[in-house]
Amino acid sequence: MISMGLLFAGVLFVLGVAGLLARRNLLMILVSIEIMLNAAGVAFIAAGALWNQADGQVMFLFILATAAAEVAVGLALVLQVNHLHHTVDADAVRQMKD
Amino acid sequence: MYGWLWLEPVIPFATSAALLIAGRRMGRRAAGWIGTGAIAASTIIAALLTWQFIVHPPSGGAYTQVLWQWFAVAGFHPRISLYLDSLAVVMTLVVSFVSFLIHLYSAEFMAESEGYERFFAYMNLFVASMLTLVLASNLLLLFLGWEGVGLCSYLLIGFWYDDEVNGLAGRKAFIVTRAGDVAMTLGLVLLVTRLGTLDIQELMHRVTLQWHYGAMVAEVAGFLLLGGAVGKSAQFPLQTWLPDAMAGPTPTSALIHAATMVTAGVYLIARLHVLYALAPMAQLAVALAGFITLVIAGFSALTQHDIKRILAYSTISQIGYMFLALGVGAWSAAIFHLVTHAFFKALLFLASGVVIQALHEEHDIFKMGGLRKRLPLAFWCFIFAGSSLAGLPLITAGFYSKGVIMWSAHSSAQGAWWLWAGAMAGAFMTALYTFRLIFVVFYGEPRQAHPPITRYPGPAINWPLGVLGFLSMLAGFIDLPAAMGGREALSGFLTPALPRFLALRPGMGEISSELLASILFFAGVYLIYLFQLQKPGWSAQLAGPGLGDTAHRFWFADWGMDWLYEKTLVHPVAWFARVNKADGVDRIYDGIAWLSEYFHRGLSRTENGRLRWYAGWVTAGAIVLVALAKW
Repeated sequence: MISMGLLFAGVLFVLGVAGLLARRNLLMILVSIEIMLNAAGVAFIAAGALWNQADGQVMFLFILATAAAEVAVGLALVLQVNHLHHTVDADAVRQMKD
Repeated sequence: MYGWLWLEPVIPFATSAALLIAGRRMGRRAAGWIGTGAIAASTIIAALLTWQFIVHPPSGGAYTQVLWQWFAVAGFHPRISLYLDSLAVVMTLVVSFVSFLIHLYSAEFMAESEGYERFFAYMNLFVASMLTLVLASNLLLLFLGWEGVGLCSYLLIGFWYDDEVNGLAGRKAFIVTRAGDVAMTLGLVLLVTRLGTLDIQELMHRVTLQWHYGAMVAEVAGFLLLGGAVGKSAQFPLQTWLPDAMAGPTPTSALIHAATMVTAGVYLIARLHVLYALAPMAQLAVALAGFITLVIAGFSALTQHDIKRILAYSTISQIGYMFLALGVGAWSAAIFHLVTHAFFKALLFLASGVVIQALHEEHDIFKMGGLRKRLPLAFWCFIFAGSSLAGLPLITAGFYSKGVIMWSAHSSAQGAWWLWAGAMAGAFMTALYTFRLIFVVFYGEPRQAHPPITRYPGPAINWPLGVLGFLSMLAGFIDLPAAMGGREALSGFLTPALPRFLALRPGMGEISSELLASILFFAGVYLIYLFQLQKPGWSAQLAGPGLGDTAHRFWFADWGMDWLYEKTLVHPVAWFARVNKADGVDRIYDGIAWLSEYFHRGLSRTENGRLRWYAGWVTAGAIVLVALAKW
């Protein structure tokens, strides 16, 4: 049972990473990060269920709050990028290099 | 009255500092007055002290003025103190008086030159240092003055520093004399470690008590101090800097490189005569240095074209006579020649300055000619000073001062016939090169059309020339040989400070020596008259292709000494510096720098601004870390 929950969390995380690396749209990258965060949340809940502890669910609430804050900042940055460069393509925005 | 002694060096030192700091704001006129006035004040004090010294001699024949203790380290406590004995009296009087005349001359001579205030500041500093050197009661203070005059020499040779050649000449003078100064410093260290003091009188006292005649340590000390003396006085083998030092302004050449500074070596050895009397080998080396110098410089002077270089070689040669006199123990004869040489050589330089300025900075004597009518004062100065230099019998100072040296070279206990013969040959050479200069410059027809002489010297130039001309003639009469009246005004006055000369080797009368010198003078003048004026073709023939030309070029280049030093010292050092510049140790540090830069370039390539690329690396890193943790 627990291994099924962790396996689901792992698959979800890998999907998130794959999306992060594969997608060029900044919005889709943000979505991928959300998926990765949720995968972590699933892992916490699965672990909490295994040990009958509420900590896992408390941690999920923290992750939720962090994700909300992250999306707020992230979307603001995406808006700024779009405003400055008229694009949301991550590969087009590469001024910060050596 | 004696208490005023300290003012003598301090006044020019103070005005020098004032001119250096505020000279520009004072303006040229004020700077000239202050610079000359300070030396006039020193001269007046020197004259008053001389008078006092003659009328009321201090007890013990010397006056010591202790100003303060310099420092005290490990039982060695030199003091800043001045010592006035008869030798110092003569030296201060000559130095300050000749300096005063040359300052007066410079006030007009340098009037149109850049850096007029700077010139007087350096010249005053020079006089202050020279008086410190002469009056110092211990060798450490003497060394301070010694280096001070060296500094001023450097500053004034490179006075017109816009021209690189002048700067190079200044550096050469400084470095070559420094080679001698290293030996002198070692000599001072040897004396202070062996005898525990540098106070000259105390030192001489301990030398006689602790070292016996011919002791090795006395010889070594004598040789080391002689090194300093030959450097400063431009004697063989360190004479190469003096001809190049003529790059400085002419009054500088007259004061520093003829009349005063270059005689510091003579003064040093005379001051330490007790030490040299105990070191026969070192004293022989003094005589040999003078002997070799006076002969080779005579040949070099005969081949030069530049009016100032001829005089420079003549200075080297005449100081050679002084060293010869010191080397045979004729101490007061050396000082006698020092005094008369200061007068006539300063006059020769000052008069050559008039000629050079009148001809718009022309130095080559073969572009002059026929100046007798156009520059009568300079001509008569050259006649007076030149005949004094060459030793015109009976009426010139140089005849008496050089004559006594030549006779001493034979009749002293340390003397030898070949020293005497060399000195005679040198006297013959002196007559040749001096009158070659005079005939070429002042007689014949002008060899080149010069622009008309627009600038005739004014009173500030004429008066010093006149006074020095007077002295070039009459200064010799203060000391006459026994057979010619036997006056001993100078040598008698010097006797408490310098021992009396004893003629121990018979076989040569003073009169016959003087007679031969007179014959050689007239023979030399006639010979050069024949070659330069009567049969100009002969000298061209003599210096024509073949042996004559080779010898001419060899002597012109100062017997190849510069070439020799270039090959044996400058080139190896430059080579070593070049090799050392690319040494192996540097390769290691260069390698470290190269490696760091290589990694830097590699890492900075990963910083490419691609967001997803970074995310990929983070992911890969995380996977590696997890894998390592599980492993």
